[in-house]
Amino acid sequence: MIAIVAVLALPLIGAAVLAFVGERPYASRINVLASLATFVAAAALTIDVIVNGPMVTLGRQFLVDPFNVFLVALTAFVAFTTSVFSRPYMRVEAEHGRLTVGRLRLYHSMYQLFTFTMLLALLTNNVGVLWVAMEGATLTTVLLVSLYRTPASLEAAWKYFILCGVGIAQALFGTILLYFAAGKLLGAGGNALLWTELNAVRADLEPTVLAIAFVFLLVGYGTKVGLVPVHNWLPDAHAEGPTPVSAVLSGLLLNVALYAVVRCKVLVDGALPGAFAKNLMMGFGLVSVVVAAFLLLRQRDIKRLFAYSSIEHMGIITFAFGLGGPVANFAGLLHMTVHSLTKSAIFFAAGHAAQKTGTQIMQDIRGLVTISPVVGWGLALGALAILGMPPFGVFASEFLILTTAMREQPWATPFLLVALGVAFAAIFSKVQPMVFGETTATRLPVRPAMLPVFAHLALVLMLGLWIPPFLADWYRSAARLIG
Amino acid sequence: MPVAPQLINLFASVLLLLAFAMLSQRRVVSLIDLFAAQGLVLALSTATVAYTTQQPHLYQSAALTLALKVFLLPWILYRLVRKLDVRWEFEGLVNIPTTMLIGIVLVVFAFNLALPISEIASTVTRSTLGIAIACVMLSFLMMIVRRKAIPQVIGFLSMENGLFFAATSATYGMPMVVELGIALDVLVGVLILGVFFFQIREQFDSLDLKHLEQLRDERAARAQSATGRSAGSAQPAPPAERR
Repeated sequence: MIAIVAVLALPLIGAAVLAFVGERPYASRINVLASLATFVAAAALTIDVIVNGPMVTLGRQFLVDPFNVFLVALTAFVAFTTSVFSRPYMRVEAEHGRLTVGRLRLYHSMYQLFTFTMLLALLTNNVGVLWVAMEGATLTTVLLVSLYRTPASLEAAWKYFILCGVGIAQALFGTILLYFAAGKLLGAGGNALLWTELNAVRADLEPTVLAIAFVFLLVGYGTKVGLVPVHNWLPDAHAEGPTPVSAVLSGLLLNVALYAVVRCKVLVDGALPGAFAKNLMMGFGLVSVVVAAFLLLRQRDIKRLFAYSSIEHMGIITFAFGLGGPVANFAGLLHMTVHSLTKSAIFFAAGHAAQKTGTQIMQDIRGLVTISPVVGWGLALGALAILGMPPFGVFASEFLILTTAMREQPWATPFLLVALGVAFAAIFSKVQPMVFGETTATRLPVRPAMLPVFAHLALVLMLGLWIPPFLADWYRSAARLIG
Repeated sequence: MPVAPQLINLFASVLLLLAFAMLSQRRVVSLIDLFAAQGLVLALSTATVAYTTQQPHLYQSAALTLALKVFLLPWILYRLVRKLDVRWEFEGLVNIPTTMLIGIVLVVFAFNLALPISEIASTVTRSTLGIAIACVMLSFLMMIVRRKAIPQVIGFLSMENGLFFAATSATYGMPMVVELGIALDVLVGVLILGVFFFQIREQFDSLDLKHLEQLRDERAARAQSATGRSAGSAQPAPPAERR
């Protein structure tokens, strides 16, 4: 219980302190420190759950179960490593005059606030608060995406705000309908929005209302997941914001939005006898995978490329949860974990590569290994991992999803295989010349922070070879919960 | 028939009328007036529901609506408009009669969507659910057809009004903690957008969103590589020279 309070309070305190400290040189160190403290608290919470099992605390307002505990740990971990990466990265950006010093105050403070909204969205037991936290995450990231104040970044942030604002409004309507359906069983008042209460009575919830609610919730939160056709904000926001922000958007925000969708799906599955929610999720997922894979081919900007790759992978995960059943859900949860780790590692490497060559256009990034072997290999290995090469963890999860799809929904496999093939060709052919060959990169005075990249890739490698038993247990019981 | 439900129905129809009025209004200042009027009607109707059903927390949300949507937000918007010196909004994407016709179709659709839900509802306000959904859809339409930044934001806010009305009609309002959270998000959102407007103006000399259409996959890349503008960092040497 103390751990939950700490996990939520530390980033808030961090945000307040950083807003106060402002542009002093040690602000980035405080940012790392606050993120580290949050990570330690999340680790304590995780150990608490390993020892004592799931819990619902603080007047039933907070919930820790196998489905969200690993996401909390993952979020805190990636937020911490990104803050480590962002120290040298943002220093270079500031030295190149892309940022005024005052802007760094906003950056650090919003970074912590963003972490807070993510963790609140994960830990809350209240579906309404979940919505509030998701909207809060949109607001903080809008400020982060527009940090450079260039015309392009303003446009990206505006698009992001309007699209996600409209999307999240749909989700609010879905939440209202959910509350309406629950109010008939649980009575009015705060309890009717508590997820655990809803889950207990889910079989008796009014099916028609829940069906309509789920459509709104899926489209609403799906906008934030980046599902096609409501994905337009995602590549712009990733490409125009600072790289650490791209990393946390892809690695954390998309996961948390998908988490919200799945929490709602559990309720709808209980209320509706058919496979309504599952079919919808499979459809959206598959369309996202295929469209994103083909759009990968025409990308020229390195961050846009990997942003589309995020859409593709979110599609795969949504499809997996749509398939349902113990294996596909297990694979979906595993894929959430490994995608988040791999994609943020790739963005770290891509950010350094862009700084060394002075461009995000892939044609002009060449021969990274000659100047900086660590950045080059980091990018190459990250790309291989995200493309699902064994022995990385992405291979394991994609393999499980594909085999389950072959068994249960054979019609979907050709689409998936073609999309994965196209994505492979697109990313591999673009990354290979960037890493090898004659170089266009220059040396920078600041040493890149490559430790986060290799730490992430090592974890992904480990998850491909061996999943710790407690994590596998969580995946299994969360998979049962998701149904 | 008791007075209260009729009063609520009256307020609901005024809300719908206001939504149509917003759709057809070209002047930005009048648009803000209409938005404030919508907030006022919303607060009155919430207070009426609170009185008829004896739900004390609804009085609080009526007060919240009054403070936020009738005074604070319109005040911020007026200030923005005065500082940015935008008075008029000339063109929309679709002309106004067509927009109105699309709006009517949306209202019909909204009533159909609301039918199965209001059949189950036991609230005195259930008949207004269709209007609430219609208001949401009309605001959505307004966001699509307007090309300027401030009308889009007003559309966004009035969509939130519609959702709030839907919450009161279907369920007598959301729990207080959620409502406070939503109000906070909306307020912070408007403040952020206010800052944003100044930046957009600074960069583009206009609040017309047609300037914000440069980011397409192909075009953005071509523009960037053509000028050699470095996007990753501002290093002096353009990459084209090195190859």
